[in-house]
Amino acid sequence: MKINHIALSAAALLLAGAAHAVEFKQVDAAKSSLAFTSKQMGVPVPGSFKKFTAQLAFDPAKPTAASTTLEIDLASIDAGSKDANDEVVGKQWFNVKAFPTAKFVSTGVKALGGNRFEAVGKMTIKGQTRDVTAPFTFKQDAANGVFDGAFVLKRMDFNIGEGPWSDVSAVANEIEIKFHVVAAPVAVAKK
Amino acid sequence: MNKPTERYTGPAIAAHWLIAILILAAFPLGLYMHELTLSPTKLKLYSYHKWIGMTVLLLFVPRILWRLTHRPPAPLPMPAWQHKIAEGTHHLLYLLMFLVPLSGWLMSSAKGFQVVYFGVLPIPDLIGKDKELGELLEEMHEVLSWSLITLVGLHLAGALKHHIIDKDSTLRRMLPFGK
Ligand code: HEM
Repeated sequence: MKINHIALSAAALLLAGAAHAVEFKQVDAAKSSLAFTSKQMGVPVPGSFKKFTAQLAFDPAKPTAASTTLEIDLASIDAGSKDANDEVVGKQWFNVKAFPTAKFVSTGVKALGGNRFEAVGKMTIKGQTRDVTAPFTFKQDAANGVFDGAFVLKRMDFNIGEGPWSDVSAVANEIEIKFHVVAAPVAVAKK
Repeated sequence: MNKPTERYTGPAIAAHWLIAILILAAFPLGLYMHELTLSPTKLKLYSYHKWIGMTVLLLFVPRILWRLTHRPPAPLPMPAWQHKIAEGTHHLLYLLMFLVPLSGWLMSSAKGFQVVYFGVLPIPDLIGKDKELGELLEEMHEVLSWSLITLVGLHLAGALKHHIIDKDSTLRRMLPFGK
């Protein structure tokens, strides 16, 4: 399995050099991360989701043809403290019993020049679907493709934090999301 | 009985009462907020508690510098043991009005919550996030707070005893509008 993987990557690299016939597809979950920062009473509180799966297809030669689907296991949240973790899976926040996952499906990728891109797509959380735009950078690290991006999500657009929690003076509406995705290349037949 | 006595200086009196009010606000607020389940109100009260406490720490600095550079008025006549207790209480009060907010600040950092003064001014974290240390500091903060409030009680009892029973000017010379 591992040998296979390395052989594949090596082959892909060779191919990449030759004909750019390579797409970054195999997301390395262990090296990727999905983090966020909420603001509570002006205090930035870091958090993250430990479990998510991502499908990705990114060909640096044809970035605008790229696509991605991201599925987040909301119960895997670490919101900064035990109290917070117990709270945010509940009905007023993510209601993970009814809505265990959040999903992002890209609808397009724009090249912004250099190594900068912008993914647009539909984010679905708690039954609400909204358009989301996420700028990101792409760089190649050895054989892998590394994607880094950040965007701001308004929690109230998705009813994340209802009832008393809709008070955005305690927990700000804006949640900063940061993603770091590492994907291995897969050789593809040249079209 | 007594000649018109020397009073404390203006800045000493101001710092004394300001810090007294802040401690007497932070203490019950700390006890109360601690019992609440997580809610926006709890987040707000925690922040108010931290801001009040950090103000005590902030005021402590000029207060102690002033105290070190200005002699307080001479002690009023009283038995030596009483004077010793009063002085010891004062020294411990200074120590605790520093340690209580300091332990709160460190606890907050260890628990992963930076203190942002009045929601706008980020105060640096002196230590990193560390769950166990956070819990230890929480216990220290609790014990130190109770020690502080106990000493405040003793201090208050002493002041009232001088005022009501001895009828001397101990309390008056610290009051803002005394003569
Ligand atoms: C004069 C200053 C202060 C006093 C008298 C004071 C007093 C108290 C008291 C009585 C409690 C409840 C303890 C318990 O029952 O467990 C408490 C809790 C707490 N204090 Fe303070 N405090 C002061 C300053 C601060 C400062 C400066 C901070 C942080 C910047 C702070 C942070 C906290 C926190 C986070 C708790 C709650 C611990 C928990 O529930 O996890 N305090 N304080």
